[in-house]
Amino acid sequence: MSVLISKEKKVKNKEFHPNILCFCCNWCSYAGADLAGVSRFQYPSTIRIVRVMCSGRVDPSFILEAFKDGIDGVIVTGCHIGDCHYLKGNEFARDRFERFQKTLKLFNLDKRFRLEWVSASEGKRFAEIITEFTNQIKELGPLRLI
Amino acid sequence: MEKIGAILVIGGGIAGIQTAIDLADSGYKVYLAESTTSIGGVMSQLDKTFPTNDCAICILAPKLVQTGRHENIDILINSSIEKIEGTPGNFNVDLTQRTLLLDHNKCTGCGLCAQECPIEAIDFFNEKLSNIAAISVKFPQAVPLVFSINKEKCIGCGICKGICKAKAIDYELQNELISLNVGAVVLAIGFDEYDPTPLTQFGYGKHLNVITSIEFERILSASGPHSGLIIRPSDGIIPKKIAFLHCIGSRDRKHRIEYCSSVCCMYTAKEAVIAKEHMNIIEPTIFTMDVRAYGKDFDKYIERAKDEYGVRYIRRRISSIKEIPESKDLKVYYETGNGKIIEEIFNLVVLSVGMQPNHKAKELARKLNIQLNEYGFCKTETFAPVETSRPGFYVCGAFAAPKDIPETVIEASAAAGCVNVLLSEARNKLVSKKELPVELDVSNQPPRIGVFICHCGINIGGVVNVPSVVEYVKTLPDVVYAEDNLYTCSADTQTNIKEKIEKNQLNRVIVASCTPRTHEPLFQATIREVGLNKYLFEMVNIRDQCSWVHMHEPEEATAKAKDLLRMSVAKASQLIPLQEQEITVINKGLIIGGGVSGMSAALNLASQGFEVFLIEKEEILGGFANKIYRTLENDDIQEYLKDLIKNIENNQLIQVFKKAKINSISGYIGNFTTNVTYGNNNKNVDLEHGIIIVATGAKEYQPKEYNYGKDQRIIPQTEFENILFTTDKVKTLNSIVMIQCVGSRNEEHPYCSRVCCSEAIKNALKAKEINPNIEIMILYRDIRTYGFKEKYYNLARENRVIFIRFDEKNPPELNIKNKNLKILINAQDLGELEINPDLIVLSTGLVAPIKENEDLAKMLKVPLNEDKFFLEAHVKLRPIDFATDGIYLCGCAHSPKDLRESIAQSNGAAAQAVKILSAEKIVTSGLVATVIEENCIGCGSCLEVCQFNAIELIKTERTFEDITMTIKKSHVNPALCKGCGTCGVQCPNSTIIIKHFGFEQINAMISALLVQD
Ligand code: FES
Repeated sequence: MSVLISKEKKVKNKEFHPNILCFCCNWCSYAGADLAGVSRFQYPSTIRIVRVMCSGRVDPSFILEAFKDGIDGVIVTGCHIGDCHYLKGNEFARDRFERFQKTLKLFNLDKRFRLEWVSASEGKRFAEIITEFTNQIKELGPLRLI
Repeated sequence: MEKIGAILVIGGGIAGIQTAIDLADSGYKVYLAESTTSIGGVMSQLDKTFPTNDCAICILAPKLVQTGRHENIDILINSSIEKIEGTPGNFNVDLTQRTLLLDHNKCTGCGLCAQECPIEAIDFFNEKLSNIAAISVKFPQAVPLVFSINKEKCIGCGICKGICKAKAIDYELQNELISLNVGAVVLAIGFDEYDPTPLTQFGYGKHLNVITSIEFERILSASGPHSGLIIRPSDGIIPKKIAFLHCIGSRDRKHRIEYCSSVCCMYTAKEAVIAKEHMNIIEPTIFTMDVRAYGKDFDKYIERAKDEYGVRYIRRRISSIKEIPESKDLKVYYETGNGKIIEEIFNLVVLSVGMQPNHKAKELARKLNIQLNEYGFCKTETFAPVETSRPGFYVCGAFAAPKDIPETVIEASAAAGCVNVLLSEARNKLVSKKELPVELDVSNQPPRIGVFICHCGINIGGVVNVPSVVEYVKTLPDVVYAEDNLYTCSADTQTNIKEKIEKNQLNRVIVASCTPRTHEPLFQATIREVGLNKYLFEMVNIRDQCSWVHMHEPEEATAKAKDLLRMSVAKASQLIPLQEQEITVINKGLIIGGGVSGMSAALNLASQGFEVFLIEKEEILGGFANKIYRTLENDDIQEYLKDLIKNIENNQLIQVFKKAKINSISGYIGNFTTNVTYGNNNKNVDLEHGIIIVATGAKEYQPKEYNYGKDQRIIPQTEFENILFTTDKVKTLNSIVMIQCVGSRNEEHPYCSRVCCSEAIKNALKAKEINPNIEIMILYRDIRTYGFKEKYYNLARENRVIFIRFDEKNPPELNIKNKNLKILINAQDLGELEINPDLIVLSTGLVAPIKENEDLAKMLKVPLNEDKFFLEAHVKLRPIDFATDGIYLCGCAHSPKDLRESIAQSNGAAAQAVKILSAEKIVTSGLVATVIEENCIGCGSCLEVCQFNAIELIKTERTFEDITMTIKKSHVNPALCKGCGTCGVQCPNSTIIIKHFGFEQINAMISALLVQD
C-alpha cells in the first residue's frame, strides 16, 4: 500500500512534487489554514501540517530531523509578532530561527527553511505562502543529503 | 414565593439551544421544549452560512450534541405548551408531549424501520422536495436521534414493529401531559418562511422552476434531495442561468409586510456564491432594490461575490415572470431607468423569501398573555431587547424580529443573562453533576488505535476517496479498527464510537474530519464517557487541509489524507493520559468601557451579587450615547442614560474608575490582575478579577471629505442632532442635503457602519417635524433600514424626504461658489443634478479607535479584524467570546451596532461571564509543561522565557556524605502554565516535557511524513 502512494505520485507528476513539513500554531496560523479551507483558496498539496500550540514550541531539532529523513522543505508558521497567544512565543521562535538559519546555511539548507507569520484572518495569505514556498523548493529540486 | 432554579425554553432552534446551554452551564435546570422531533431549527436545514461560508451543520452539530448530552438539559420533543401560570420566579407549566408512536427512550435511531417501511411520506426537512418513509428521523444529525411515525401515512402494517430490535414501537402510545415548575420562560419559537403563493405574478406553485430560497438551500446541501447536485425541478437539468429575486414577502406594503427581513440580501449572495462554487457553469443574477449588507464583514462578502464569483446584481424589482411552455424556462420582465421593459430568460428562478412571524405565534401569545407588535412578532422595548410584555418571560431570536444567526445567538445569551438576574438566588438548586465512569488505566497497555473518518456529507467525500483511506489506515501499525461515517460528529456516531471503543478495546482514538479548533472537545467528551482519558485523542483535518484546498486534485487530496493519517497514527501511539488542574475563581469582573454596553454588563453582573470594576477612559460615563438624543423609534436616550448612570453610581458592588488607563493585564481565566492608573491624581491600583468584558465602543469618523471643518455649514450627523434637539435653527433653513456613507464602504473602511441610514432618517423626520417646509435630500448608495426600521424609511418618504441614489464610483461633489453650497450628483435614474442646500449633513461612519484597540488587544492577547474591531472566537456561533478563555466582548467594540443591539450583547457577555464567576472552581487544561527533575541542572533558562511566571526554581538541600549542597530545580505550576512549550525548546538539557506535544510525539509525526519504502 505504502509503495503505491509514492508510485502514484511519480506517475502523476513527472514534475517534482516536493514534500514539505509545515508547523502551525494552534491560534493563528492553524486558524489561517482553516480559513484557507473554508474560503476554498487552493494551494499545492505539498505540505503536511503538524499542529503545535505555539511557534515557540518548534525545536530546531525537529527541522534537522525532517531534513535527515529527506523532507524537501520545512516551514514554521505562527502568529504575527505581538499577536502570539502566549505573548512572546513567536519572538523566541524568531530569535532561535534567525540563529538556526546560519547553521542551515553551512549545510546549504537555508533556502529550504522558512519562518512566516499568518493570522487567523489571513487564509489567502496562507495559501499564497504555501504556493510560493512550494515553487521555491521546486526550483531547488529534491533534497539530496551527502 | 420561592424562586425556582429551572427554566423552560420554548423552541429548539439555535436561539433556544444557545439559551439552554448558557443557563445549564450557569447552574440551572433547563427544559427545552421543541415542537418537532429534533432540535436544530432552520439552521440545520441550511447548507452554508454567510459571511464565512462555514458549513451550517458542521458548526451546529457540536452544539446539538452538547445540548443533547448536557446533564442539566431535558429536551422535550414533539411538545406543545398548554398553559403557564404563576409569577416571575415561580411558574407552573402544563405541556403536552405528542406521541411518536414509539418510545423515544428505547429508540436507538438505528433506522432499520425506515428501510423496511413500505409507505412513502413527504420529507418536510427537505422542503417537500423528496420523500421519506412513513417512519423516519428528521435529519441525519438529529438530536435526540429518535424515529417517529407519520400518523396520517402509517397504514399500521406492523413491519417496523416486528423488525425493531429495541422494541420501541408501540402504536398504542398516547399523548402525555407533563407538568413543570420553573422560575422563568424563554420564548425562542423562531419564524416561518414566507409562502410566495399569493404573489401570483411570480407563478410560484404554478411554474415548476420557480422555487423559494429555502428550497434552493436544500438543493445546495450535500444531504439534500439531490446530494448537493444543482438540478432544477422540471427536468433535472443543471440550470445555467439562475435569477434570484429579493424582497419576496418583505418590504411589500401592498401585501402588508412592511418590514425588511434583514437576512435575505446576505443569504441570497451566499446561495449565488455556493451555486457557482458547486458548478462553475452557473451564472447567477440577483435582482434587488437595496443591497443590505450591514453586518460585520458583510460588504466584503458582497464585493467578493461580484468580483470573484461574477455574481451579477441588477437594481430592479421584477414585475412578472412567464413560463415558456416547451422548455419550462422563465421569462423575467423588468423595467429600466428610462421606463423601457426588458425581458430576459432564466433556467431557474429563486425567490428570496422573507421571515414571517411563526404561524403559532398568535395562539401562543394568547395562551401566554404576551403582546405581539404590529407585524405579529413578539413585542420588545429598545432598552430591554429580550424582555416580553409579561414579567418573567423573555424572548430571543427571530421571534422578536427577523435577524441572522450571530444576532440570534447574541440575543439568546442576552435572554440567559436576564434570567440570571431574576433567578440568581436559585442557582445550583436543581442541577446534578454528570457522573463519568472512572478512567481506565491504559498506561501499560500497548496502543490499540481506532480511526473514524468522516465524509462530511460530500464536503470531504466528494473529493477525498474516503473508503480507500479507511482501507489504507487499517494497514498502519497499532491500528486495530477503522471505519468511515457520513457525519462523524452526529449524535448517533458518538454512540457508535463509544460502542466501537468498548468492543475493540481501543485505547487511542483518531477522528479524521474537520478542524480540532471546533470539534475536538466533542470527541474528547465522547471518549471520556467510556472511561478513556480525553487526551488519548487525535484529530486530523482532512477537510480544511485536503478536500477544500485541493478541490480539483482528488488523487492528491486522497494521498495527502493518507499521509496525514499516517502521521497522526504515529503520534497517537505515543499519547499518554494527562491530568487536569482545578483552580479557584476570583468572583469579580472587570469591564473595560463605561458606555451603555459596559454599564449594562456591569449592572447585570452586580445585580447577581458579583463585584465589578468599571474602567472608563473619559471623565464621564456614557460614551457615544452622550451625543444622541433619541432612537429612530423615538425613545429618549438621555433619560435612559441618566437612569443608567445613576444606577451604576449608586450600586455598592460597582467600582467606577474614571479617566482611567490600563497599564497591564496579567493572569488567566479566573485569576486576572489588571494595573490601572485613574483619576486626576493618577492613582495606581492592581485589580484582581476572574473575567474581563471588553466594551470599548467605536468612535465617529472624522471626515476628510467635503471640506469638513472648513465650513460651518458642513457638519456631521451628531452635530446636526444636537442642533435639532437643542435649538430652533432648523426653522430658519430651507434645504438640507445629507450625504450617506461618508467614511464607510470605501477603500479605507470597507464596511458598513450600520447605523447611519437610520440616524439620517431619524434626523430628517425630526427636522420635518420642526419645519415641515424644509426640503431634505438624502444622497445614498443603499438605504439599509433593516428589520422594523423600514417603517421609518417609508415614513420619511411619505413626509417628502427625497432619496437620491448615487454610485460609489460617482460620489456627490461639493462646489462652493460665491459662498453658496453646491452639490453635484449623478443620480442613477435622474441624470446629473445640482442642489443648493443651506446645510450639508455628513453621515459619518463608526470607526475603531485603532491605537487604543491595538494596545488593548496586545495586553489581552486577543485578535482584531482587518478593520481593527475586536475579532470574536467564531463569527457565527461565538459572537460574544474570544478564543481566550474568560474574556468577552460586547457593543461597538465588536462592530458598529445600535443601542438595542449593544444592550443585548452586553447582557449576553454578562451571561458568558457568569458561567465562570458563579463557579467556585474551574478545571484547566492538561496540556502543560513538566520538568524531569533528575535531569534539571537548575540553570533557569526556562524561567526567562516563561511569560506566565509559571516556573519557579526550587532550592533543596542535599547531603552527600559530609558535604551539604543547595541544588536548584525548576518546577512548573500547572495552574499557571498555558502549555505553549517555549520552555521546552529553551531547556539546554531537553528535560522539560511538553505534554501532548512532546519530542516523541512530534518526532514520530515527522518520521512518518514520508512513506518508508
Ligand atoms: S500562539 Fe501563535 S505563535 Fe505563539
